Amino acid sequence: MLNARMAAMVLLVASLASLQGCSTLGVKPWQRDLLARKDMALDANPVDGSIDDHIYFSKEAASGGKGFGGGGCGCN
Amino acid sequence: MKLLPRLLAMAACVAFAATAGSAGPDDPLDLPHLRGNVVYVDFWASWCGPCRQSFPWMAELQHKYGPDGLVVVAVNVDHERHEADQFLREFSPDFRIVYDAQGVLAERYHLKGMPTSFLIDRDGKVQLEHVGFRQADREALTERVRTLLQNH
Repeated sequence: MLNARMAAMVLLVASLASLQGCSTLGVKPWQRDLLARKDMALDANPVDGSIDDHIYFSKEAASGGKGFGGGGCGCN
Repeated sequence: MKLLPRLLAMAACVAFAATAGSAGPDDPLDLPHLRGNVVYVDFWASWCGPCRQSFPWMAELQHKYGPDGLVVVAVNVDHERHEADQFLREFSPDFRIVYDAQGVLAERYHLKGMPTSFLIDRDGKVQLEHVGFRQADREALTERVRTLLQNH
C-alpha cells in the first residue's frame, strides 16, 4: 500500500544507491593496456593542448578541471 | 528485511572480503610452496612505464638476496603475450614470471594501481602492499625486504 511514508523511504533508498555515482565506470588499473598507448593519451599533442588551455583560460577566466581523465596508463 | 538476516549477510560479506587475496588450493603463484621464503610479488605490464624502472631493481634484489631466501615473482597482466615477451626480451630477468592475462589474480588481490607489489613474509602473511614505483621507493622497499629476511 503506497502512502507518503513508503514513498519517502523508496526515494531515500534510491538516492542512497545513486551515491556510488560513476564509481564503477571505467577499466580496472590492470586493464589500461589500450589507454596506455601514446595515441590514446589526452595530451598527445602538448603544444595544441597548451594553446587550447590558454584560449580556455582567456574565455572562461578560469583554468583547470583537466584532471586525470581516461587516457594514460594510470601508473604511479 | 529483518535485522538478524541482514546482519548475518553483512558479516558474511566482511568475512569474504577479509579472506579475498589469500591463496586458494590452485594458486598460480604457488605461495604455499614458497612458505619459509620471503616473497616479493609484483604485478607488471609491458605498457607500464614505471615497470621499466622496477625490473632492474627486482633483478638486483633477486640476485643479492636470493641466497637468503628471497623469491621474486612477477605477475604479468598483459592481454597480448607477445608484448610481454618483448618486454622480457629487453630486460631478461632471472626471476619467476607468472602470466595472468585474464586478470584473475589482479582481481583477487584487488590491485589499486599499476604497478602493485606485495611483500610476503616467511609465514605467508602479506606485510606490505605498495602501489606504483618510483626511484625514491627503492631504498625503503629494500630495507623492508632485508628486515623480513632477518626473521627466520
